[in-house]
Amino acid sequence: MAGFDIDRVAHLARLALTDEERTLFGGQLETIVAYVERISALDVTSLPATLHGHGVNNIFREDTPREGLDTETVLDNAPARVGDEIRMPRVVE
Amino acid sequence: MEFAKMTVTEALRGMRAGAFTSVELTQGVLQAAQAAQNTIHAYVTLDAEGALAQAAEADRMRAAGQELPLLGVPIAVKDNMNVKGQPCTASSHILEGYVAPYDATVIAQLRAAGAVFLGRTNMDEFALGSTTQTSYFGPTENPVARGCIPGGSSGGSAAAVGGDLALCALGTDTGGSIRQPASHCGLVGVKPTYGRVSRYGIVACASSLDQVGPMTKTVEDAALLMNVISGQDAMDATSLDEPVPDYTQAWIESEGSEKPLAGITLGIPKEYFGEGLDPEVHTRIEEAKMRAERLGATLRPVSLPNTAYGIPTYYICMTAEISANLARFDGVRYGLRVPCDDVIEQYKRTRAEGFGAEVKRRILLGTFVLSSGFYDAYYNRAQKVRTLIRRDFEAAFAQCDLLLAPVTPEPAWPLGVYQNDPIRNYLSDVLTVGVNLAGCCALSLPAGKTAAGKPVGVQLIGPNFGEMMLFRVAKALELPR
Repeated sequence: MAGFDIDRVAHLARLALTDEERTLFGGQLETIVAYVERISALDVTSLPATLHGHGVNNIFREDTPREGLDTETVLDNAPARVGDEIRMPRVVE
Repeated sequence: MEFAKMTVTEALRGMRAGAFTSVELTQGVLQAAQAAQNTIHAYVTLDAEGALAQAAEADRMRAAGQELPLLGVPIAVKDNMNVKGQPCTASSHILEGYVAPYDATVIAQLRAAGAVFLGRTNMDEFALGSTTQTSYFGPTENPVARGCIPGGSSGGSAAAVGGDLALCALGTDTGGSIRQPASHCGLVGVKPTYGRVSRYGIVACASSLDQVGPMTKTVEDAALLMNVISGQDAMDATSLDEPVPDYTQAWIESEGSEKPLAGITLGIPKEYFGEGLDPEVHTRIEEAKMRAERLGATLRPVSLPNTAYGIPTYYICMTAEISANLARFDGVRYGLRVPCDDVIEQYKRTRAEGFGAEVKRRILLGTFVLSSGFYDAYYNRAQKVRTLIRRDFEAAFAQCDLLLAPVTPEPAWPLGVYQNDPIRNYLSDVLTVGVNLAGCCALSLPAGKTAAGKPVGVQLIGPNFGEMMLFRVAKALELPR
């Protein structure tokens, strides 16, 4: 399949792959992509897209304050915290 | 008393008559579940303490004269549903240790109906699979066809109910994940119409396809659970404002009649009986067709001409949504983190460590079909083919009330087989994914067993919000337990 670049896709997906995975997934995905490509046999030019099971549009509600989860409950799941904040590596130079 | 073998209806009758308490019932079921953890491994976690406390509360309420639709009924839920204070891992290493801070809407509904939560059932990691072998916590074994897969992704829920380790369970169905394991374990499994049941608080797989549904021993039990979990939810903008009928009334008028299916036309989609259909599965489905005719139904051949495009379309749409939905697992706010000085490297290594092979494969495929230069050829085109598939079902339902077909092309296969052959696994979803792409409802009903004792299910497929008709026909076709 022309264009399937495992390194580019893995980077976009934010996945570090081992050399073994690179070879395994690269090969398997080429086969899978070749398989799903059979939909190119259909003429779809005049068809609308189906995004999900129903044609519902945006649902609106009043923008009123309401109770959310408390900070402690939310931060309990954080893998690294400092006080009421989540610790992360530096993201600005 | 063999509590774990009971149906929901039997348990409610017994508790309401004062024959036993919810605590006794829950204890009996927990004992069976715990004893089977080293063999069947239906559960990721059991919560005996919590379940018994809930059961005691149910008993107190009943003693005080209160009654609720599921008061004191022990239920198992799939490990991708948030139950406040309980772990919720979607059977993934990346969510190990995560504790749900709130209840999913379906859990809140069950809680309000008096249900008792036994624990969380095993599943394919992030519901990606149809065998329950991709779970980080190890596979689940089919309790009926021993040595075989229970199906998946809701394989733990199916094994729990099929193995009498729970009275009933909830699963989720994105491409067959309730119907297929229900079929392999001899259960009733319902994939409701998209928008019938709230998805709020469910770990998202593919948001445009996912629905929560019941997995039970009988049609009546499934209807009871559907009564509780159906309805619009302000927290899920895709849930629809449709009235919720009493599903247990679906068969009332026709029950007792010699021809309960008189006036009903069942469409037989010829594409669902094609090459690759196991002869024994085929025979059980033919028997179901004959039973339906005997009960008064008219059978009519119909066609779903784009069935062959179902699997490619599904695996493009679903993986695209997976890659977007699973982007949130980045080691920042919850779950696993592999610490690193560089933030992008931290994301990459966390996800490399946290996700299993099948999850990675599908994220990669989904990222590819959405990537610049390929979006039109794959994702965009697949969404249009999805329109063709939806129209196939609409055209079929113009000619019949429901469709009748197999659930899976073959009965449960041995554990470990096909594990390294993703396409082979994907193809086994051929008879279930169309329903999810179209958004309509379907039910898997036990149709007997193969000579080797493997359960076979028959699939009834209904139009949008056709659940009443599904239940009516299923109740008439239900075999004695």
